[in-house]
Amino acid sequence: MPTGRGGRLDVNSPVIQARSLSLTFATNDGPVHALSNINLDINEGEFVSLIGPSGCGKTTLLRVIADLEQPTGGSLSVNGMTPDEARQKRAYGYVFQQAALFPWRTIAANVGLPLEVMGLGSAEVARRVSENITLVNLAGFEKKYPWQLSGGMQQRASIARALSVEPAMLLMDEPFGALDEIVRDHLNVQLLKLWAKTKKTIVFVTHSIPEAVYLSTKIVVMSPRPGKIHEIINCDLGAERPLEIRETPEFLLIAQQVRDGLRAGHSYDD
Amino acid sequence: MGSGRGTAMMTSSSFFRDRLIPIGTILLAIIIAWYIAAYRMNAPFQIDQNERSNVTVTQSEFLAQTMSQPKPTMPAPHQVATTLWKDTFGVKLTSNRSLVYHAGVTLSSTLLGFLMGTVLGILIAVGIVHVPALDKSFLPWIIASQTIPMLAVAPMIIVILAAVNVTGILPKALISTYLSFFPVAVGMVKGLRSPEVMHLDLMRIYHASKWQTFWKLRAPSSVPFFFTSIKVAVAASLVGAIVGELPTGAVAGIGSKLLAGSYYSQTIDVFAALIAGSVVAILLVVLVDIMGRFVNARMGGKPV
Repeated sequence: MPTGRGGRLDVNSPVIQARSLSLTFATNDGPVHALSNINLDINEGEFVSLIGPSGCGKTTLLRVIADLEQPTGGSLSVNGMTPDEARQKRAYGYVFQQAALFPWRTIAANVGLPLEVMGLGSAEVARRVSENITLVNLAGFEKKYPWQLSGGMQQRASIARALSVEPAMLLMDEPFGALDEIVRDHLNVQLLKLWAKTKKTIVFVTHSIPEAVYLSTKIVVMSPRPGKIHEIINCDLGAERPLEIRETPEFLLIAQQVRDGLRAGHSYDD
Repeated sequence: MGSGRGTAMMTSSSFFRDRLIPIGTILLAIIIAWYIAAYRMNAPFQIDQNERSNVTVTQSEFLAQTMSQPKPTMPAPHQVATTLWKDTFGVKLTSNRSLVYHAGVTLSSTLLGFLMGTVLGILIAVGIVHVPALDKSFLPWIIASQTIPMLAVAPMIIVILAAVNVTGILPKALISTYLSFFPVAVGMVKGLRSPEVMHLDLMRIYHASKWQTFWKLRAPSSVPFFFTSIKVAVAASLVGAIVGELPTGAVAGIGSKLLAGSYYSQTIDVFAALIAGSVVAILLVVLVDIMGRFVNARMGGKPV
């Protein structure tokens, strides 16, 4: 079911549709079931968080969507295409836990890298670079090299780089996991603003319950061994989300639901 | 030198403290050991000599004698230094005695061989990184190639090439190539494989071609490895060029100086030529190092 927020989402067809998706890695110690029987719809413009303990397959699921891993069973379609076709059409912006900027390129050249690969003209590259650098509040740092910027600024640059492709969706793998709490809060606020402005579909991997509840319209709770979806929780907190919303009963209720889901999915481990 | 706390003091005395004193101390130790060795090794001949001509000398005169033999077993440092100075600055550059002339001859084949070796090494590395079959088949052969004693093979290469009318600078350069392609190939394989998985994943998400991934990611990542490799390769090239000059009866070059010196027991000349060769090697390595730093700075690297 599409989850509404501020009347923006209504009758959207799913952009990502997974049906009995599974992925088994063959290792020396026998097969590892990284993903098992994943059924998931993600609609256009949604902000979906994948949350779960280590080894639950949340990153693997994101990588399968991005065509960085090949599923061993089931089907996955992205905008009605295979992930491979979607990748070739540059449907993805991907943000890792580390900024992963190229150290020999300036911030501007890093943001322009995917555009160079796409073969865009230099005027178009310059336009999109400056537009996206402004969007993440890094104007003035174009000529700096990554090591001259703080971790939070580097991560913002990597978000600008992902957005410069103008992808249909943004895939984020614990993008703020390596940052301290204060920077993280700040970037969460900025990310929500960015999402409101760009109307991208975002799939976001995290292990932080407050982060997931604060950002998402839909929270996918996953459990490990085998990696599977335990529960999908709608998170309808409205479009306006100041940081203080985290103290409200509605917020805490959803957070409790997520926590219960995580505990239930994990119970056999105790 | 004061152990200043201020930054300005630190920088002004750091070259003196960090470089000159440690290096100078070792140099001093070497020179002292060298003098002792010269005395010990030249003494038997001098004693014999003095007995034959029936002269008795004082201890200090004897010491002076061991340090001034025309063809000593072990020349004293100041004898080598004098010859080195005279043959470098005291003669015309075109003279057969000029070490600059001989070093120049060796240098030209060194650089040609180094250039060819570097290009060959890079091509091999690119092949190994991109073609799985080459990855499996090539590396053992490359390693095996370096286990062959060059001193034994060099004359064969020179003779065989001379038989097919390839003479002059090229055969010597080829020996340099043979020695220098190896460190470049091995270093560049490592360098071209050094990009992080995340960076390679990004290029995949951008749907970059192999060619784009190479130029935009693999090649820039390999640059630090490249400079480390060619530092080794340029020194190996010089050794190759000198070895290449030994069996040819070459008329010019550091190698021919070494050979001629040992034929006629001109030990002082041999040592002078050796030191000239070392100086050339040091200059080449320093030059490569400066180039590396320059490129690092141009690529936005942190100053080291």
